[in-house]
Amino acid sequence: MDLSAINPVLFIAGFLVAATPLIFAAIGELVVERTGVLNLGVEGMMIAGAICGFAVAVETGSPLAGFAAAAVGGAVISLLFAFLTQVMLANQVASGLALTLFGLGLSALLGQSYVGIKPPRLGDVDFGRLADIPVIGPVLLSHDLMLYAALALVITVWVVLKFTRLGLILRAVGENHDAAHALGYKVVRIRTAAIMFGGACAGLGGAYISLIRVPQWTEGMTAGVGWIALALVVFASWKPLRLLIGAYLFGGLVQLQLNLQAVGVAIPVEYLAMSPYVITIVVLVILSADKTAAPGSLGRNFHASS
Amino acid sequence: MIRLEKRPEPSRAFALAAPVLAVVATMIAGGMLFAALGNDPVASIVTIFWEPLFGEFAFYYRPQLLIKGAPLVLIAIGLSLGFKAGIWNIGAEGQYIMGALFGAGVGLAFYPAATWYVFPLMVIAGAAGGWVWAMIPALLKVRFGTNEILVSLMLVYVAEQFLASMSLGLLRNPEGMGFPGSRNLQQYPSAYNADLIAGSGMHWGVVAALVAVIFGYVLLARHRLGFAIRVTGEAPRAARFSGVNPARLILFCLGTSGLLAGLAGLFEVSGPAGQVTIDFNVGYGFTAIIVAFLGRLHPVGILLAGGLMALTYIGGDIASSNLGLPAAAIQVFQGMLLFFLLAFDLFTNFRLRLGRTEAV
Repeated sequence: MDLSAINPVLFIAGFLVAATPLIFAAIGELVVERTGVLNLGVEGMMIAGAICGFAVAVETGSPLAGFAAAAVGGAVISLLFAFLTQVMLANQVASGLALTLFGLGLSALLGQSYVGIKPPRLGDVDFGRLADIPVIGPVLLSHDLMLYAALALVITVWVVLKFTRLGLILRAVGENHDAAHALGYKVVRIRTAAIMFGGACAGLGGAYISLIRVPQWTEGMTAGVGWIALALVVFASWKPLRLLIGAYLFGGLVQLQLNLQAVGVAIPVEYLAMSPYVITIVVLVILSADKTAAPGSLGRNFHASS
Repeated sequence: MIRLEKRPEPSRAFALAAPVLAVVATMIAGGMLFAALGNDPVASIVTIFWEPLFGEFAFYYRPQLLIKGAPLVLIAIGLSLGFKAGIWNIGAEGQYIMGALFGAGVGLAFYPAATWYVFPLMVIAGAAGGWVWAMIPALLKVRFGTNEILVSLMLVYVAEQFLASMSLGLLRNPEGMGFPGSRNLQQYPSAYNADLIAGSGMHWGVVAALVAVIFGYVLLARHRLGFAIRVTGEAPRAARFSGVNPARLILFCLGTSGLLAGLAGLFEVSGPAGQVTIDFNVGYGFTAIIVAFLGRLHPVGILLAGGLMALTYIGGDIASSNLGLPAAAIQVFQGMLLFFLLAFDLFTNFRLRLGRTEAV
């Protein structure tokens, strides 16, 4: 084993890429949970987005069209969850599980003819001569558009939730839906919109995996990233900027694990591959002491009569 | 105007009708899906639901019904206890894998000793494996308040990696010429979970599933603990006042569901599957979630739902080999079933009212 074989510049550039699907999925779920809805279907929406994005990118030859389709696909499939929980008042945990099971099946069905195809590549953003700066250039300025879009999305969500009227309304609905209803806000509509936003974000995250990170289509390729995103929201105490830090920490660990596999460390591959999940559990244990940050109405259904 | 009005009491009739309606709705929606895929919808539905029971080769498929249904029922009974009390074990797939690994490990350790006690020891080890794996989220929840949904699910991925490591390493067949996978337990009589009546599909797992149904029924209907489970699910505060110990309930529900999932894994690996391979698990742990809900979290309901779900597995296999229906279509079909069920459940607690609300 030779640890010096790990190139620090490539390592950091790699973990930024590893963190991006998580950021997309988690920031969407963060908004959903801030409005008081617990959508456990992130994994299902991600995999749906992954195949929608992949298929459209292959058919049109445009990766950006693929990402747009992934966002639409994620939002559309999330409507199923919205219908169940907001209109039919079904249990949110069960509905989220249903969405995941359904999404996994549907994506396998849609993806049959796309196995083994290479998608068109999304080029890196051209920063001109800035990209020639040593270290900073290859680490920070040599990525595709969607990686920067994820960052911008987190900042936007942070600003909207913290400083705008819209953010205040979203949080009010999440903290106390009865009070928000009494003030005249349309709880169900606001939550449905948030769920669709979460679906679109999860779809983008899925497409980032199938179009950029891997890039190809295999069944069940999101491999639990959606669930890790759910854990990340708890880790971040429902705060966008902490979520960013968490995602990068996590991305770093995943990348480190992959690099250790590549340089042939003396630990069997399977044990390295299980480490992200074990680390997620450890983090959940450390942070589970603080439940106060959770939105007040999280997981509770709203009906105007009750 | 149509609006929803909360029923003073949940409707018992509708609670029973909802699963039936859900199955009918799924057949219709599934038929549309199959038609969209270019298959004859009626023929597909008939193939899935009729062929395995009464078709030409039903003598072959009926035993399969027991083989596929038993693990589903076994796992779903355990899950339903927790689901009733609001304790969400969704990592049954991981507990299933660990039960199989523990049990098969014990069996293989005795190879080639031909003694009667090998199989009973394997059963105990399998149950212990599932139990231990479920105790991780249980203890973390009791001690640290960690979310059991996320922990139990993360452990599925850990178990899958562990399975890969075992079938490529420790448990690999030394005479397997380098192929991954363990010795075939079907060729080791002391460890083989054979049909009790040859060709009937009736192996020990089926017996265990039936025992679990009876155990679940007695527990929920007649036992204090079952009462505590029901009260905790319906009114957590009332449960606490009446002296229910939530920590003990969490340990019991997660432990029992893990134990049953572990048993299911052991019976599968020592019988129908035969050997530990990287992908011997086929997602029973997740499908059992659908079975538990479809069965209304009631033991008898779960028995029926398990049978129905086994039917879709077998019928789906037939449809994919005879009609070329993609295997994934069946997965979508099963997912739809849960959707429709959750949607129809609304009418258990609410009813539709036509017309405007009168001003008081």
